[in-house]
Amino acid sequence: MGMIFYVIAGLTLAGGLAAVLLKNTVHCALALTVAFAGLALQFLELDAQFAGFAQILVYIGAVAILVVFAILLTRGSETPKDGVFSRTWLAGMAIAAAVFAVLGWAVLGSTQALPVPGGAPTAAPTATVMQIGNALMGRYVLPLEIVALLLTAALIGAVIVAMHEKAGTE
Amino acid sequence: MFANLDQIFVLLKQFVVGLLPASWQPVAGVVLCVAAIICVFPALFAITVLLERKGLGRMQNRYGPNRVGPYGILQPVADGIKSLTKEDIVPLSADAVVHFLAPVFLVVVVFLGYAVLPMGRNMTLVHMDAALLFYFSIGASTELSVFMAGWSSRNKYSLLGAMRAVAQMISYEVPLLMSSVAVVMITGSLSLDKIVAAQNQYTWGLPHWYIFTPWGFAGFVMFAIAATAETNRSPFDLPEGESELVAGYFTEYSGFKFAEFFLGEYVGMLSISGLGTTLFLGGWSSPLAVLGWVPSWFWFFSKVMLSMCVYIWLRGTLPRLRQDQLMNFAWKFVLPLTLLNLFVTAMWHFMSDGWERWVICSAILLLAYVVMGRSGMHREHFGPRRYRYAD
Repeated sequence: MGMIFYVIAGLTLAGGLAAVLLKNTVHCALALTVAFAGLALQFLELDAQFAGFAQILVYIGAVAILVVFAILLTRGSETPKDGVFSRTWLAGMAIAAAVFAVLGWAVLGSTQALPVPGGAPTAAPTATVMQIGNALMGRYVLPLEIVALLLTAALIGAVIVAMHEKAGTE
Repeated sequence: MFANLDQIFVLLKQFVVGLLPASWQPVAGVVLCVAAIICVFPALFAITVLLERKGLGRMQNRYGPNRVGPYGILQPVADGIKSLTKEDIVPLSADAVVHFLAPVFLVVVVFLGYAVLPMGRNMTLVHMDAALLFYFSIGASTELSVFMAGWSSRNKYSLLGAMRAVAQMISYEVPLLMSSVAVVMITGSLSLDKIVAAQNQYTWGLPHWYIFTPWGFAGFVMFAIAATAETNRSPFDLPEGESELVAGYFTEYSGFKFAEFFLGEYVGMLSISGLGTTLFLGGWSSPLAVLGWVPSWFWFFSKVMLSMCVYIWLRGTLPRLRQDQLMNFAWKFVLPLTLLNLFVTAMWHFMSDGWERWVICSAILLLAYVVMGRSGMHREHFGPRRYRYAD
């Protein structure tokens, strides 16, 4: 924690802000990618290799590409005439604040599990990828399989929706 | 003497770093390694381009470059000077910032992958616990650069090329990852150093490379197919199919930015060849136990260059696929086979050591290959072709 943390945090925040404030939708998506990358770097800086790489693989490799594709295939990247600010920005802000409050509350509540900063420096908990894999395949295998089933169902649902539209136009 | 030759680069680095004050040494060591990677692989890129132009020329019954230097071996130098001095044209309607960032991003990301490749005994830049995961997460980011290039050019050919490239890269990334997972299952580690160490054993003087097992061979073939598609090489070079899309996503690039795309593509090919070598071909280990005295880095680089020759050979041999054939091949043939290969790998792991597991695992894979290939061909109705307007 130190200089590097603040640099990465600044990068992440700048990316997030740019994603909200930029006019061109594709620029927004690319800025969002910067924010994702910043988060991944933050994970890596905290020695959480698996979380960091999974963040890059899933969010930059898949989600960002998906967002960009969705923009291209639907509306195009032209700026709407009535500006980029939605009329319901107040409600959006309230929801964002509520989510942030819940997350902040959860994070602050979890500090009790960590050693006291003033106390003796304990060895950092080293969660290797192997331990995470063993936990996922052993103790947490049921939640993992349920998530897999859910994702498969979503995939099949998406395919059915797409096929239905195609059959209707013929 | 041979041990020293094997470690010559490591010793050289230690010698150079030892000349500096102690406080600089850790940083200097890393900078030296990075500089070596940034010098060696573009040099290999130049050699590969020359080899490709000469080799393709030979295959197509023509000379290839033969004017610059003896036998045209200085052609890469001339190409480099030309691309450096050419005018850099940015289209008027292009998105200048994204247009500039795309090639830079590609080159940076492609070079990052080398950080974890073991190029010889004790020659890995970063010893990472999750090296393979790092490599794939970095590889997934190249798609973004391709999209940035295609979108920012404001050219329909560029955009079409980028869409094709991204769709293709996403489709083939799944089999690429799945075929590598088999190796991780057997080794029990994501660390590339450990994967090489597991293959660096010998029985009767023959190596324990993963390609010499049924699942390893199937995995390697599918890895090679997916890697070829991932690097947009022929026969999967639809994104830059020059007869359809001018040059695909880098149509609007010229001068040094074009050279950067070119460099990114070839360095990416070298890098993924290095990964395939590490995963299936034993990395830097020698092909026979009696050849163990030859330096380890020699084996790594010769395996990589051999893979590049196969790439060139494929390009000279196979015609380009169509977009629907490309997608069908990825999702209906390669992906089910990789999933089956994962199953076979698990069987291989749990069956006792003996000839039975060789027979059973090979039989399952061979049967699946034949049945799926036959049924796929049957559905396509191949036969004498009739062209409505040509008869």
